[in-house]
Amino acid sequence: MFFSKSLELLVTLVDTIRFPGTYSGVRWSSLGRRWISPLLLLALWELGARTGVIPSRVLAAPSSVAATFWGMAASGELAGNLGVSFLRVAAGLAIGVGVGTALALTAGLSRIGEDAIDPPVQMLRTLPVLALSPLFIVWFGIDETPKVALIALAVTFPIYLNLFSGIRSVDPKLIEAARSFGVGGFDLIRQVILPGALPSFLLGLRFALAVAVLVLVVAEQINAQAGLGYLINNARDFLRTDIIVVCLVIYALLGLGADALVRAVERRALAWRPTFLKA
Amino acid sequence: MSSPALCGAALPSGLPNAPPPAVDVRGFNRRFGDVVVLSDLNLRIEQGEFVALLGRSGSGKTTLLRTLAGLDPAEGQSVSTPSARAVVFQEPRLLPWTRVWKNVTLGLEGGDARGRAEAALGEVGLEHRAKVWPSTLSGGEAQRVALARALVREPRLLLLDEPFAALDALTRIRMHELVLSLWRRHAPAVLIVTHDVDEAITLADRVLVLDGGRIAAEERIELARPREVAAGFQAIRRRLLRALGVDPRAEQEPRPEAAQPLVSFPVRELQT
Repeated sequence: MFFSKSLELLVTLVDTIRFPGTYSGVRWSSLGRRWISPLLLLALWELGARTGVIPSRVLAAPSSVAATFWGMAASGELAGNLGVSFLRVAAGLAIGVGVGTALALTAGLSRIGEDAIDPPVQMLRTLPVLALSPLFIVWFGIDETPKVALIALAVTFPIYLNLFSGIRSVDPKLIEAARSFGVGGFDLIRQVILPGALPSFLLGLRFALAVAVLVLVVAEQINAQAGLGYLINNARDFLRTDIIVVCLVIYALLGLGADALVRAVERRALAWRPTFLKA
Repeated sequence: MSSPALCGAALPSGLPNAPPPAVDVRGFNRRFGDVVVLSDLNLRIEQGEFVALLGRSGSGKTTLLRTLAGLDPAEGQSVSTPSARAVVFQEPRLLPWTRVWKNVTLGLEGGDARGRAEAALGEVGLEHRAKVWPSTLSGGEAQRVALARALVREPRLLLLDEPFAALDALTRIRMHELVLSLWRRHAPAVLIVTHDVDEAITLADRVLVLDGGRIAAEERIELARPREVAAGFQAIRRRLLRALGVDPRAEQEPRPEAAQPLVSFPVRELQT
């Protein structure tokens, strides 16, 4: 009883993150219905593993994945490696968002800046960032630097593209009205242009977070001594599929958490939008 | 753009000691490429005078208003306006990401901006909406906020660019009353650009018709306020419509006076 209640709570939580507003008025029963087939699959998976249809070196049973998770969490192994991965993403994001914002502001607010910055950035963004990893290893070696640099580079483009177009698409009528009341220069940028471009920036930030987790997965395959990627690589060598699945789940949760974070920021920063006012 | 206050001392001693006009435009020309929009235009608006400017679309009304607002460069021509001036546009143009009262203080200098904004909102009857987001306002409310935003800086020249064109007829009548009462209290010179002949006659001391890049016709409205569609109204209306190239009698004849709608359809058609 308690278990099913808490499971339903988890389902609503996840669903409200994924489809905000969709389930606000729907009864519990229809919520539960959506979870029948995933739970059934989970049960079949468990059954297959227990009966030996699915060997553990192919895929570990859900129960053993859960047990491994608790074990890794209790020993601190998980927290330590997760922390290392988290720091990589955070550093890459901080650098990428900073550089992307600086470039977009320079290009968005001046014609000379646009002419200087936009063409090379538009050319570079056609490169698949992950294809640069060999070059980055040559340049930066195999420790933390190439990993952070790859994430930073990948993050720079969505931030730049969205913020730049956001700045350029601020309603010229609002700018003109502000000018007619004597608002110009830095005040105009602070009061009109930046708030007007904020929705686009946040959209860029959501793309950036998603791509940061994606690049993290690949970047961590480069000779990692710690981190989720290191755990996965190690587990692969010892055919520990349970550990691999635990890490995959963590990656998924990281992506989900990042998305929820941006949504929370949006709800606060864009509270003036009619869509949020009605909710 | 020179301050009109300078003119006073330079007046010849023989002239009566008249106050300098709020707006003084002489021989103004404006062209976009090969298209001449305004040519040799003269316009004088006295302090506290309410002037309406009529014109077909493309006649240059908005160009003239933008020049007076300082949004278009005067290019060294003889255009004199007070430095304290404010514009109300056709759309409210409120910043959606700032609260209503904060919108009213946009670009406002001096102390207690919030107090002054709330007082100005009180004057347009919206003090209770000071803290909401602009997107929650109705069209009429948003335009009243735009009026408050213009009035809070005590302009000596208030420029209204078709401010009620997007509002429904009932809201428009209320806005007319509001604008007149605010004009009486603050006494700025007002220039309202409109395509609605009835609106012009209802509000203004003087109605100008812009055509061919210059003031083509002028009507002084001596009717007492509040004005209603009445006999005297019709004659003025007919003359103004003719100046705009519309002869109402040629189109619909005969038309009983009482059945005349407040919104004039022939002029509306000109717009589209």
